[in-house]
Order: sequence, then structure tokens, then C-alpha cells
Amino acid sequence: MKPHSLSILVENRAGVLSRVTGLFSRRGFNIESLAVGTCEEPGMSRITIVCIGDDAQIEQVMKQLNKLIDVIKVSDLTGNERVERELAMIKVTVDSGASRSEILQIAQIFRAQVVDMGTKTIVLQITGNTEKIDALETLLRQYGVKELVRTGKIGMLRGSKTVKSGK
Amino acid sequence: MKTGAKLLIEGLQREGVETIFGYPGGVVLPIYDELYDSPLRHILVRHEQAAAHAADGYARASGRVGVCLATSGPGACNLVTGIATAYMDSIPIVAITGQVPTSLLGNDAFQESDITGITMPVTKHNYLVKKAADLPRVIQEAFYIAGTGRPGPVLIDIPKDVSTGTVEIELPREETVTLRGYQPTYKGHQRQIDRAIELITLAERPLVYAGGGVVLSNASGELVRLVEQMMIPVTTTLMGLGAIPGDHPLNLGMLGMHGTEYANFAVTECDLLIAVGVRFDDRVTGKLDTFAPHAKIIHVDIDPAEIGKNKQVDVPIVGDVGNILGEIVIRLQKTGQYHPWLEKIKGWKKKHPLRYKDDGKLRPQYIIQQLSDLLKGEGIIVSEVGQNQMWTAQYYCFRKPRTWITSGGLGTMGYGLPASMGVHYARPDQAVFDIAGDGSIQMNIQEFGTIAQYKIPVKVAILNNQYLGMVRQWQELFYDRRYSFTELPPVDFVKIGQAYGIDGIRVESRDDVQSALKTAIDTPGPFILDFRIEREENVFPIVPPGAANNEMIGGSNS
Repeated sequence: MKPHSLSILVENRAGVLSRVTGLFSRRGFNIESLAVGTCEEPGMSRITIVCIGDDAQIEQVMKQLNKLIDVIKVSDLTGNERVERELAMIKVTVDSGASRSEILQIAQIFRAQVVDMGTKTIVLQITGNTEKIDALETLLRQYGVKELVRTGKIGMLRGSKTVKSGK
Repeated sequence: MKTGAKLLIEGLQREGVETIFGYPGGVVLPIYDELYDSPLRHILVRHEQAAAHAADGYARASGRVGVCLATSGPGACNLVTGIATAYMDSIPIVAITGQVPTSLLGNDAFQESDITGITMPVTKHNYLVKKAADLPRVIQEAFYIAGTGRPGPVLIDIPKDVSTGTVEIELPREETVTLRGYQPTYKGHQRQIDRAIELITLAERPLVYAGGGVVLSNASGELVRLVEQMMIPVTTTLMGLGAIPGDHPLNLGMLGMHGTEYANFAVTECDLLIAVGVRFDDRVTGKLDTFAPHAKIIHVDIDPAEIGKNKQVDVPIVGDVGNILGEIVIRLQKTGQYHPWLEKIKGWKKKHPLRYKDDGKLRPQYIIQQLSDLLKGEGIIVSEVGQNQMWTAQYYCFRKPRTWITSGGLGTMGYGLPASMGVHYARPDQAVFDIAGDGSIQMNIQEFGTIAQYKIPVKVAILNNQYLGMVRQWQELFYDRRYSFTELPPVDFVKIGQAYGIDGIRVESRDDVQSALKTAIDTPGPFILDFRIEREENVFPIVPPGAANNEMIGGSNS
């Protein structure tokens, strides 16, 4: 049982996301993270879903996804050379000048950007893999995380290989 | 200038539709108005569920796409059980529903229901059409999707303003449908076919396990050729009955929970299982680990998702069953001999036949056998769900594919009567029997109204035991005879028939079975037979839930 990143190329049509997510819940698969957006092909969207399962389960979910008429191509990025990124915004409580400078120092080390600063809060933006974001979050907890928003993970194969239509 | 309703009717005609089953209502008024003087035959059912089942029965008997039509909201929702039934058994139907006008969508308008949302898990695909100009393309795609690959139901939801909306120009029609997300595989992978041929050639105890996919792919000719050439015995699933004649010497009948003992023994002892058009359903396999434990498995199916879903297989072949079996037959160099394996099976058949107590009482198995003898493989048998279905599966000798119409996957009580209406319109030359129980028949008994109105010659044989028999049987065997809510008060079905204008007879004695069946066959139009059978008769043998297939009870050893 390990997380798999599935890259799913779909028709950009009303209801397609609910067809895809409905299939996961119906067949008893959990979605760990989800990201959807348009892509390089007009009329298509790309969904990246991270789900946890053994090889047989992942194979089954991919086959079931492929059966959806609006799904054009499904690829499991896991096991391939790939780049994966998530983005998070973290609103941290600042109660003293000392904590403010500590938070900024941490941000610098993690290469997070300050996207908003108020009298009582700082908002940091960070991109990276899941572990990096988790680590930053853990460090910031001691100052008080007021709010945290994360995008789903997106991913891409390294090199010239792509996840394209033509299934 | 054409309205959406007009485009819909024209689209249906272009797809070769002749008969549709439906029920009118508010938002489908424009469509019904267009139907009024169209050449399409519309059969008015008494409940929308029946329209879906009738379309399904039509599809199963003909091999073509069945069509049903209902209004929005409750009408559409009433179709759902019928659509789910078709989905589970891979039956091609197109369900058309009316919808509130697009301006009211999502507004909780009168008779609004999100039917595309509701049916997403039970359709192969569905559409909410937003403008009239899309209708011709959507109809063409819907029929293509329903009828190709692994068939299944497709729903088209049409808002009222789309039906009344107009299109100015004549729309060009594409010759073929191309969908970049839907390209079914029909031809088998060559290397896998080579491996299958090698295994078939080497096997000492081969067995074919054939299912509904063989019937759907019209592959029974190829199946029979293969097994005759190689002398391979065949067992079929409930859905596969008729794929090989019931009296064929290589046929072992049905396997699984209520299968024959010899079929289940054969599965347990075979060294090669050739699974064609099947999905290793729990009612077939029993305990999975002990299903075909000594066998290498070849699995042929058009749906790649079925391969390896429940059971790991050695040789997967994705494609059309007929194509692949045909290719295997052509490329097999060898012919089979009568071998010790067949001798062993013959011994089991002799020692463990299907049997029931024939003591002069009115038992359901006898009725089915008599009907089977009378019709001699002619006619089409439809069933409801429960004991009636299992007795028919066990004791009726199906000689041809598409002559056995039953709800296998979903197990929908109330399926039989409406499905038989569809069967009649698909095959008007055939006698149609609906084998029912007194429980099942009452789930869609309002359809007596439809068969009376259109004089549909369906013969309804009710095996009346005043119980929900299959549930009662489980309570007897596994719940200490605590008959919790399974007893039904007696109903006089002949009188109900009379109220609708349908003739019928009550049969209480074994001696009257033959003449009653003959009367039903000889009477033009619909007919009702109310058989008062032994109340606590059971379906045997049975593999208890969770047990291995060779641990059957109620067989000829017990």
C-alpha cells in the first residue's frame, strides 16, 4: 500500500469531475489529494489524483477510470522519473517582534515567500513536495497556524515523455 | 426548421428503432406530441420501471438496443431500477427522460430530479442535452455507446425547452461515431491467443466456464465448435444458459450457488479453466480461494476491468468473445479425444443428478420440466427473481441463446412480466412465458394492464407458494426457521387477471399441469397460470454462503 499519483486526461465537460470522483467513492478507493485544471490540449483537462492502494487496487481503479467515456487517458506516474509539486499558503500568528523574525528566518530556509503581512499575522506561500510542506507546517505550529490551504499535488514525467491522448 | 422533439424522433428512426416503451408526463409533452403521428410504435406501460425492463427484455431477445421514455422527476427516478438491472447484466438500452427547462435546472422545480447525477453509477454513460442542435449527435453517440464494446445502458436527459427549441439548418450526420475516450478492443492479443492455444492443447482436465458475454457477443456457434473439436466440457453461468444447448453431451449445466453438483465438482478438479464472457461473480465462485484451485485460468472478456478483478488469471485475453473463440478454433491444430476426464464427469452426472421428490404432489420442478418438454426449445422463457428463477435455470432445457431472459446481476424482483413484454415485440413469432413467484409478480403486477391493453401474448406461470420463497428457504436453512416477514397471504391471481380482462386457471394438482400449460399455449393473447405449489419446496443443491463450491448441501448425497 503506497500513494500513487494518477494523471488523468479528460474531456473538459460538465460533470466529468463528478464521474471521476464518484467512481473512486463507489468502488471504495480513497482520494488523498486532487488537482484539476485545463491543459495544453483545448477541450481537455488534466486531473491529478493521489490515492493509496496495493498494485492490484491501483490497476483496477485505472481500468475502471479508462471505461469512463469522458476519460481519454490514465497514467500512473508512480515508479517513473517525475516532478511533483504542491502549493500551500499558511497563515501564522505573530505575537511579538521576536517570533516575527524567527518565522521569516524559517521561511527563508524553506524558500517560502511572504505573500501577506499584517500586525498579527503573516501569510507564507510554499511550493514543493508533500514532505517539505509538512516539515514547514510542523515548524510553524509552535507559533500558531491560524489557517492552512493546500492544493492537490500535480505531477509530470521528466524528460520528453508525456501523458497524452491516444489510448 | 425542426424542433428538438422532431430531431429526437428522427434520430431514433435513423438508429432503426421501431418500438419504444414509455409513460408520458409534463415535460415530455412535446415529445409525445411528436410521437402522435410518427411511425414509431409506443407501448404505454403502467409504471416507468416496466418501461425500462421492457426495453431491456427487447434488447436481450433481439440483440438490438432497447428504448424507453419517461418524464422528469418521479418518472425518471422510476426508471432507475430498470437501468441498474440492465447495467449489471451489460444490456444495451437507451433511456430518454424529460427534464425541467434549462432555466429552472438546479432550482428544485416541480418534478425536477438530477437524473444524470442519480444514474451516473448505473449507466455506461449519460447526457444532459443543453440545446436542440446537439440532439442528433447525442442520439447517435448514445446508441453507439450502448450497443458496442461491453454493452450497457445510456441515458439522455432532455429539458423541455430543448424539445421545443428549434434548429434552423439541416445538420450533417457523421457516418461513424468517433469518441477519443472510447475505443473498445475487439481483436485478441496474438501472443495471448498463442498461450491459450498451448494451454488448451496440453490440458488434461479442461473446462469451459461460459457466461452472458457469449450470448451478448452472439458467439455460441464459436463456443460449440471449440468444445466439440477439443471435447471440452462446458458449464455456464445463469446468464450463459442457452449458449450451448441444455441437452448437449458436453454441457454440465449451471455452476455456482445453485449449480449442478457435477459442474461444481468439475470446476474444483479441472486443471484448465477457460473463462469466456464471465466475471467471477460471488454467486458463481463461492469462496474465492477454493474456486478452481488446481487450474490455470484463461480469461476472455471484452472488458479489461473484469480481468483480474476477483481472481488472478494466467492468460488474459481482452476482446470480443466471438472473434477470439473463432480465432482459437481456426488456429488449433489438434482435435480432442474422448478422455478419462469426460469419463469421470459422466460418472458424477450419473451419481449426482439434479433431482427432486416426485411424489405426486405439485412441485415446481415438475412444472418447469413439463413446460420444457412441451415447448421443445421453441419459445422464450423469462423469469422473475428467487426460487422461480433458480428452478427454471435448473430444470428448463435451453437450446438456443437469447431464449432465457432473466435479471442475473441485480436480481430484480418484478423484472419478468415487463421484460416479457419487450421480448414479445422483439420476437413476435415466439411464445413467451414469464415464470414468476407470487412475491415477484406482485412487484409489477400493474403490467397486467399493459399486456391486456395490447393483447401481448405473454403466458404468466406463477409458482405460488404464499411465501417469499428464496428468503424463506434461507431462513429455514440458516436462521433456525424463523420466518421473519416472508409469508404472504394467498392471492387469487386468476381473479386479478379477470379484472384486467385476462383469462387464467388455477392449478392445484400435478395431473393438471400438462393440460393447463397446453391451454395457456393454445389460448391467443395473454394467459395466467396460478400454480399452487408445495409451499416449503427448496432450491437444491445450494452452496452455503462463504462455503467452497464442492461443499454443497441438499444434493443427491445428503
